Amino acid sequence: MTEKPDNTAPIIRVRNLQCDFKVGPGGRGKRILRAVNNASFEVMPGETLGVVGESGSGKSTIGRMLVGLLPATSGEIELFGETITGPTGRRALARVRHRLQFVFQDPHAAMNPRMRISDIIAEPIDVQGGWSRKDRADRVAELLELVGLSAVFADRFPHEFSGGQRQRIVIARALALDPDFIVCDEAVAALDVSMQAQVINLLMDLQDRLGLSYLFIAHDLAVVRAVSSRVAVLYAGEIVELADKRALYQSPGHPYTQALLAAIPRPQVGARKPPIRGEVPSMLDRPAGCMLCPRCPKAFDRCKVEAPALREVAPGHSVACHLFEGP
Amino acid sequence: MLDVANLTVDFRVDTGWIRSVDDVSFSLDAGATLGIVGESGSGKSVTALSLLRLHNDRATRLSGRVSFDGQDLLALPERRMRELRGRDIAMIFQDPMHSLNPVLTIGEQIGETLRIHQGLDRKAAQVAAANLLDMVRIPDATRRVTDYPHQLSGGMRQRVMIAMAIACRPRLLIADEPTTALDVTVQAQILELLRDLREEIGMSVILISHDLGLVAEFAERVIVMYAGELVEDAPARTIFEAPAHPYSEGLLRAIPSADVDTHRLYAIPGRIPDPGNRPPGCNFEPRCSLAQATCAASPPPLDPIAPEHRIRCPIRSAAKEVAE
Repeated sequence: MTEKPDNTAPIIRVRNLQCDFKVGPGGRGKRILRAVNNASFEVMPGETLGVVGESGSGKSTIGRMLVGLLPATSGEIELFGETITGPTGRRALARVRHRLQFVFQDPHAAMNPRMRISDIIAEPIDVQGGWSRKDRADRVAELLELVGLSAVFADRFPHEFSGGQRQRIVIARALALDPDFIVCDEAVAALDVSMQAQVINLLMDLQDRLGLSYLFIAHDLAVVRAVSSRVAVLYAGEIVELADKRALYQSPGHPYTQALLAAIPRPQVGARKPPIRGEVPSMLDRPAGCMLCPRCPKAFDRCKVEAPALREVAPGHSVACHLFEGP
Repeated sequence: MLDVANLTVDFRVDTGWIRSVDDVSFSLDAGATLGIVGESGSGKSVTALSLLRLHNDRATRLSGRVSFDGQDLLALPERRMRELRGRDIAMIFQDPMHSLNPVLTIGEQIGETLRIHQGLDRKAAQVAAANLLDMVRIPDATRRVTDYPHQLSGGMRQRVMIAMAIACRPRLLIADEPTTALDVTVQAQILELLRDLREEIGMSVILISHDLGLVAEFAERVIVMYAGELVEDAPARTIFEAPAHPYSEGLLRAIPSADVDTHRLYAIPGRIPDPGNRPPGCNFEPRCSLAQATCAASPPPLDPIAPEHRIRCPIRSAAKEVAE
């Protein structure tokens, strides 16, 4: 077991994070697509930061940068006190990598169909090395139990399992080296409602038992409400609102958050509200003003010329919108 | 207008035949909306594809009756069926990118339907296509007809699919997960468009979705499917406010709420049985909290428990009778 850090300091600090992709033939083009722009946030030990946004909003890009799968163009990422961006970033990342894990959307694509479940789950152990054969087998059995599967499944192959069970296996693998922080990128999006509830409950139980922190990336606002302590709303690569779960869902400040919440299909007859117009703009050639401006029902002149900064409007509640600054 | 009676669909697999849809019956009036909900493997899409006989003939066995305006679609010769598809009954699917031809302009693809069914020439079809794009609220329609699918966003592509589907003003539109691949704000727009078009054209719509919220917003009547069977059939308000089948109830309870905080989600234990390995009695019995010994013995019948309300659960049917 690694020593858990004290509960008052954030385990993850992100400052002014930016990610640019070069667009064009072979990724060498001249045009720049800014997938993430000036994102800053922190994750506390034992908490779940939900990240919601539509496709192309940059939520997965942030998740990948956080665990070092994608280099940041600029800005700073600090994990457990180590800065993994900048010139010494790679060495720093190597020191903390065993404390990070990632769970993706499609459990089928995340497993080699020719490997047995025991070998899939033990892969991080094998990469780390130094485990005896017995310790390895014991750890696999322990992990299977931890995610609510029987230890007899160890010798089977992925195709023998349903989507929900496969996602449990992926989670067991993520837990193999006893991480402190897991990025869950649409981890329940591919599952049916009844399986989704089981996996969400499992993730929350594991958090309670193991003191895990999650960055929970999802497009489904109801799912994010169920799992998160705090929530960041992304639009076109920018954090437009960041708040405690309760504040965000009960008094959303940003017009986009409001539109997003209104657009959720609710299982009640007659719950519908008129949808927001338009679609997410092209992220090549960002406009000077607010990215939401063309779709925003509350936009005024200033929104067209000046991008709003994320600022605190109440303790722990930040919104990037000129409405909160006066005209 | 549409009356499906005892529809049963079997698929050929290596080891024999597997029952995918089992004895499904429902009907739909002209101009009405029906939602079919269920999880993956429940048979909802297979049911819809069977209405148009879109399965591979050699590997599929269909039985029952699908009568559409009095003619049995399952007995119709393939040639007549081909005339009917796209003209009287149209369908849209989940993934618009896979349904569009990447090397043809969207105008050509929409026009194809009109050239085949209405005998329009190329020029007239192009003009009609522009009108249809306008109808599905694509801005600047006359210029967009010459666009290729890759030039459009996901939401716009789905609008193009809808334009193709309504080209001949069908009397029935089957929409199979039409918004599943789309973002939530775009999803709301597409649903609104379908709602408007349904009124403009006066067509009936069958909406198939795993998303109960979507169905609640759209359909007047809902059927719930589980493991190939219809387990509940009721007006939408009844399904969402007072579901009677334990599975419908569990499904609704398992959806996380966007409006209240929960500490733990309700989860239905277990999982859907595999099609080749269903229990001898009620399919839901192994997961059901109400199950009694009789449930495991024989498959339960679909009983009416109120006007317009049928369920496949003898326990709840009996409870309802006692209450009355």
